[in-house]
Amino acid sequence: MASSSVPKGTPNFPEYQTEEGRLKIFGFWVFLAAEVVLFSTLFATYLVLADRTAGGPTGKELFEVKDFMIETMLLLTSSFTCGLAVLEMRKGNKKGVFIWMIATLAMGLGFLGMEISEFVAYVHEGATLQTSAFLSGFFVLVGTHGAHVTLGVVWISLVLTQVAKRGLTPMTCRKLFIGGLYWHFLDVVWIFIFTAVYLTGLI
Amino acid sequence: MGLFNFKMPEHFIIMNNPLIIGAWISIILVSVGIVFFVTKYKKWGYLWREWFTTVDHKKIGVMYILAALLMLFRGGFDAILMRTQLALPDLKVLDAQHYNEIFTTHGTVMILFMAMPFIIGLMNVAVPLQIGARDVAFPVLNAASFWLFFVGAMIFNISFVVGGSPDAGWTNYVPLAGSDLTPGVGINYYLWGLQIAGIGTLATGVNFFVTILKMRAPGMTLLRMPMFTWSTLITSIIIIFAFPVLTVTLAMLTFDRLFGAHFFTIDAGGMPMMWANLFWIWGHPEVYIVILPAFGIFSDVISTFARKRLFGYNAMVISMVAISGLSFIVWVHHFFTMGNGPWINSVFSITTMAIAIPTGVKVFNWLFTMYKGRIETPAPMLWSLAFIPNFLIGGVTGVMLASAPADYQYHNSYFLVSHFHYVLIGGTVFGCLAGMYYWWPKIFDFKINERISKWAFWLFVVGFNLCFVPMYLVGLQGMPRRVYTYGEHMGWTTWNFVETIGAYLMGVGFMLIVWAIIYSILHEKRDRSGDPWNGRTLEWAISSPPPHYNFSRMPSRVTSADPFWDAKKRGETMFDENEPLKPIHMPNNDGMPIVLSGFMFIAGFGFVFEWLLIGFIGLLGVIGSMIWRSFKDYDADHYVQVDEIERDQAELKAALEGRS
Ligand code: HEM
Ligand SMILES: [Cu+2]
Repeated sequence: MASSSVPKGTPNFPEYQTEEGRLKIFGFWVFLAAEVVLFSTLFATYLVLADRTAGGPTGKELFEVKDFMIETMLLLTSSFTCGLAVLEMRKGNKKGVFIWMIATLAMGLGFLGMEISEFVAYVHEGATLQTSAFLSGFFVLVGTHGAHVTLGVVWISLVLTQVAKRGLTPMTCRKLFIGGLYWHFLDVVWIFIFTAVYLTGLI
Repeated sequence: MGLFNFKMPEHFIIMNNPLIIGAWISIILVSVGIVFFVTKYKKWGYLWREWFTTVDHKKIGVMYILAALLMLFRGGFDAILMRTQLALPDLKVLDAQHYNEIFTTHGTVMILFMAMPFIIGLMNVAVPLQIGARDVAFPVLNAASFWLFFVGAMIFNISFVVGGSPDAGWTNYVPLAGSDLTPGVGINYYLWGLQIAGIGTLATGVNFFVTILKMRAPGMTLLRMPMFTWSTLITSIIIIFAFPVLTVTLAMLTFDRLFGAHFFTIDAGGMPMMWANLFWIWGHPEVYIVILPAFGIFSDVISTFARKRLFGYNAMVISMVAISGLSFIVWVHHFFTMGNGPWINSVFSITTMAIAIPTGVKVFNWLFTMYKGRIETPAPMLWSLAFIPNFLIGGVTGVMLASAPADYQYHNSYFLVSHFHYVLIGGTVFGCLAGMYYWWPKIFDFKINERISKWAFWLFVVGFNLCFVPMYLVGLQGMPRRVYTYGEHMGWTTWNFVETIGAYLMGVGFMLIVWAIIYSILHEKRDRSGDPWNGRTLEWAISSPPPHYNFSRMPSRVTSADPFWDAKKRGETMFDENEPLKPIHMPNNDGMPIVLSGFMFIAGFGFVFEWLLIGFIGLLGVIGSMIWRSFKDYDADHYVQVDEIERDQAELKAALEGRS
């Protein structure tokens, strides 16, 4: 377990410095396990419904390779910059944290913008939540991920305002670190969406 | 369907039945009465400070148990109505629609809003004390769990007077529960009530998992934990893996009903069978979520009152782990008859039967624990003793049901109804009552009166068997479940009448339990010394009720699974009295959980009536409360100073001396 393997007060890991910090980070890992189950259920449902298009548009007709490739690159890169932000945090470099976290959020917003315009385009082509079981599964799975990303953007921005006000304390560092975990998790989920929804849909 | 649609359902205020009008009158009278008395005695401040904003696991536990008893009353009232309707052929106490609503609310209330909170309440009360912790890992989240459960329960319960109850059974199968066949708000109440309470439960699972793994007293290795703590740990894991499935499943049906999606519809490619699968992928683990903690309670109670170490500690742990694993791979046994094909049915038959093995191991361990013990039979032990044969009947009939070909006969008959009542009442309810009697003199400074409790016990247990043995028989005679009446010519009359007598006896038993509690609050002897049962585990090593920080010093001599018992044998206490007292770090009270849950109520209510604007406003409030909390996170705790601890100790000493 990460929390017990790090000796108390190790300066490089400010997020683990307090008992509370260790508990919360461990608790967040456990919460992520529940999130894995949540997304697994959505994936399972989607895969069962994927070819039930009820005469409506199929994935092959809808998905644009260029668009979802850009979305993927944005999210992957943002995960990388988010990791850099956490490294800067451990160095105690507040400015670095801001630079990389804001870059992360910007890419997150870019991703969201593309996803929303993708959804809008589908709706204009007559592919809505009500069209078929396939599209219900698609919109709810991908939409749930998108809603998580939105929440992540809002949340990390709020944590940044707290960092701006209070500096890099064990408490703000813990919040940043947990925000980072969440962000990486969403990235992993996206990889599965990329494979199971978009790539598979093209076949 | 738009953001600004505020269409009223056909019947907003339900007034079409003398029973419901009676309910309205009592709801209004009770609410006015409560507000009047609280205001008159100026108790609002007290309630807010000591209860509504508390983060103390003991108080939260008490609130859970109180709510569970209320819900037991509500669900029990439903049961009495159903049994009255079925007492004789062709009665007209309830019409078909009303009967459908009542069996739906009865089942849902009993499992989600009675059994779950009762068990979670007992976990709250006992687990931190059993492991020597000063609170749970996330006290504010714990309060939020409670208030979310409470809001979910309230949303579900107002349905019968505002808008109409759900009526598709607690399993809520589609396509019946879809918007084509059941329009209106009833099913929405089901979806939102369960959704909100379910989020609270998931948080509880995370909380207790972390608490137990990370906050045990020095010396308490995993294999020295009390069995109730073990069962809570395993239950938490089941919750973490099962409840997200419920969340998603409910959300998908909500999308179908509110926004025209096609997950479970018959047209446009939807799959009604997927509901059955997903529901039971959550639902079967759920029945183990409510039984494993009861097993834990019985283990602790039986070894306490047999005055012996638990027989086969490791086997107990392993069998619980095995049960938790198996509980995820048996769900298809709930629909053997729905066209799965012989291979699938065979596999799930075998996995289901396999559950009987670890369960049997546990039963033998309880028996061997009692073998050659010096058995005493106060109320908690009585319920535990009654559990063994009754649960056995439920388990054996479970194995009969597990045989897929035979299940074609039993399925959806009263035989099945009797099976799950034997396990749920004989297991979970007996366990909750045993736990309540057992820990009551830990949370408060008195026991529940023995004499009245014995009467209650015998009435309830005899009534229970009178009610449910005949159900097996009429089930085998072909009486299906969920019918609102039957004809004389079916030949089921006698047994049905006996069942109703049994149900009324259980009702009287319940009233006596409540009376025993009230009587004891008024008259029972007070004792703060903290070890009324000659207990074995850590919770009995501190005073009753414990100070709000539980342990003034950390227990330091945990050398076995019965540390307090062994310490007493050695003539020691659990604490090193020479160790100087230190200030104790404790969380502050917090208003966020109840405020957040209030917004959740608004959101739930809005979405139930499909008034989206109100729903979204509620959700914004929920998010706003979390943000607000995040900013005041920096000043959320305090230290209990040494002089306060010393004052508490002096006061306790004076109370104990005054007694003798
Ligand atoms: C030896 C262990 C058990 C076995 C083999 C077993 C087997 C079964 C089977 C095969 C069914 C489905 C029958 C049908 O629908 O035709 C069933 C239903 C049920 N069981 Fe069990 N069971 C066991 C223990 C339990 C326990 C411990 C609980 C709860 C505490 C429980 C609660 C239920 C409930 C609530 C239902 C029916 C739900 C409904 O359809 O409304 N069972 N059981
Ligand atoms: Cu089952």
